[in-house]
Amino acid sequence: MRKLSVFVAMFVLGASAALAMSGAEAIKARRDLMKADGAATKPVVAMLQGKAPFDLATVQKALKTYQNAASKEPALFPPDSKTGDTNALPVIWDDNNVADLDARFKKMGEDATAALTTIKDEASFKATMPDVLKSCDGCHEKYHAKRQ
Amino acid sequence: MTGRIALALAAALIAAAAAAAWFVTAPRGVSAEVAAAASEPGDPEAGKNVFYVAGCESCHMSPGQNDPLRLGGGLELKTPFGSFYPPNISPDPADGIGAWSAADFANALFAGVSPRGGHLYPAFPYPSYRRMSIKDVRDLFAFLHTTPPISGRAPSNALKFPFSIRRAVGFWKLLYMPKVDHPLPVDPTDEEALGRYLVNGPGHCAECHSPRDAFGGIITSRRLTGGPLPDGKGKAPNITAEGLKEWSEDDVETALSTGFTPSGDVLGSAMTAVVRSLKQAPEPDLAAIARYLKSFRPDGAP
Repeated sequence: MRKLSVFVAMFVLGASAALAMSGAEAIKARRDLMKADGAATKPVVAMLQGKAPFDLATVQKALKTYQNAASKEPALFPPDSKTGDTNALPVIWDDNNVADLDARFKKMGEDATAALTTIKDEASFKATMPDVLKSCDGCHEKYHAKRQ
Repeated sequence: MTGRIALALAAALIAAAAAAAWFVTAPRGVSAEVAAAASEPGDPEAGKNVFYVAGCESCHMSPGQNDPLRLGGGLELKTPFGSFYPPNISPDPADGIGAWSAADFANALFAGVSPRGGHLYPAFPYPSYRRMSIKDVRDLFAFLHTTPPISGRAPSNALKFPFSIRRAVGFWKLLYMPKVDHPLPVDPTDEEALGRYLVNGPGHCAECHSPRDAFGGIITSRRLTGGPLPDGKGKAPNITAEGLKEWSEDDVETALSTGFTPSGDVLGSAMTAVVRSLKQAPEPDLAAIARYLKSFRPDGAP
């Protein structure tokens, strides 16, 4: 019972913290997640190019990074995060694209989850990973540009 | 009496000025020699490489589908001057370029002149394509003829006044068309020269990556130092030696061939389609582009 109330209290605190997250905080949180995605992707790209040897652990780490980001990102585009230190385009909010953005994050997470089982060796990596990475440029093509 | 003479003189002057304006804005195609050289048979395999370096499909592919070789046109390009609709460049004889002669094609790419003899708008980046070799132009023409014919025409451009006056493009050309003498000297062993050619000619990088003046002409002293994207929704970054100082040549080549930057970020916005095209370009071409950009310093740079 005590455990449950602590849990509930934590949940309420966590939820209200999320609700209270300002636009600037949301921007920072999503940028940090994206940076982690990028850092995890860099060695993966080198492997795809054949410039680094295939390493399953590194690939799996990247896929888990994407899973984590994909689960958290949809909450990080509140309306008041449209302006500020961000390269996310206003078209996300202006043209009612938030649902599309969320669907893309969902797909990114599902693709990463599936790839965690499909990718077992270099051949399956080279066959699967480019499709997983399509979520990156698919979203950035529509919703991301250097704004200044 | 003198009043009448003055009036007649003024009228004559206005008429002369109008005639002069009409004369200087007249569309002028390529010379007979260039037209003849462009009309020799092209190599479609080589033309395919030109196609993907130039990224023709980024603007001309039929919207709403993913086949880069369905070149029916009609994608809306929103710009500060209004909306442009790139035309059908499939080999369909009625709606595409199937009935064009090779000279018509050279006139479009080198001189911005349509088969009917009118000006094309420089949203079609002919100031860059003017720097292409005659060989690349005829190879590209041959390649386009291998793509499937697509019927249907793109909508007419919807431009704001005064940009809607097509003849006025003649003034624009007087101001901004680069002077290029064909045939161009070619040295295939010089990688930096190849890179310069690809960047400034078919690749037409400067069209987005340069600032423009009030009339939409590239500010040549700041070429490739970055500029606003045509749709106004962001910025194309500085891609000179200065702008790329934290990137290696290999980083540039990787970004062009995979879309991923040194930080693992992915190139977005209009560059996504450019990379989709460059992925299919020859690797030595991308290496040459990277080499040239990493060494390029514009005239105005310190």
